[in-house]
Amino acid sequence: MSSKQKKEPMQPLRQWGPAVALAWFIPGGGHFLLKRYGRAGLLFASVVLMFLLGLMMRGHFLKPQSGDLLTIVIYYGGFLCNLLSGIPYLLATWLGYSQPDMAGAVHDYGTKFLVTAGLLNVLAMVDAYEIAVGKKD
Amino acid sequence: MPKVNLSHFEAALLFSLFTSIVLGVVTKRTDRERLIYGLYCFACFVAVLFGLGWLMYFGHR
Repeated sequence: MSSKQKKEPMQPLRQWGPAVALAWFIPGGGHFLLKRYGRAGLLFASVVLMFLLGLMMRGHFLKPQSGDLLTIVIYYGGFLCNLLSGIPYLLATWLGYSQPDMAGAVHDYGTKFLVTAGLLNVLAMVDAYEIAVGKKD
Repeated sequence: MPKVNLSHFEAALLFSLFTSIVLGVVTKRTDRERLIYGLYCFACFVAVLFGLGWLMYFGHR
């Protein structure tokens, strides 16, 4: 039973913090810091290419918006996912990328690509955490 | 920033490709397992893509 299992103590922040922070800021950066260069390159290429394709399809950056529950979940969640892409999102914002929400399949795909790039980066951050604390090779 | 106009199929295929690469990289423990899992995920994405495509085709007839 899971309730009877002993909880593993949390590893110290200094052991995994830098890898996870770098993994957020630069996709694949956590793996690079942990000397997993091949995997770092694949993660960087996948997340950044997905983000760039989202921009080239003129996807829309979701911003927090209040309303009914579904609206809140979609817009706050989308904003959070965009933010989790790290430096690509910050750079695009700082360089003035601002695309209004437009009707059309290509724009819609672009928005989904931008959100998914952030979600894929979350997976990379979790993997970097597991490698840093020794749960994975 | 150049603008691209991808078809549904091209966009979904690229989405599948990048997602499969990341899923393969982060979920398994050896390179061989990662490669096989990445290919498996990509095949599943493509199979669902064609399945849903035909479903919508017959749904709209």
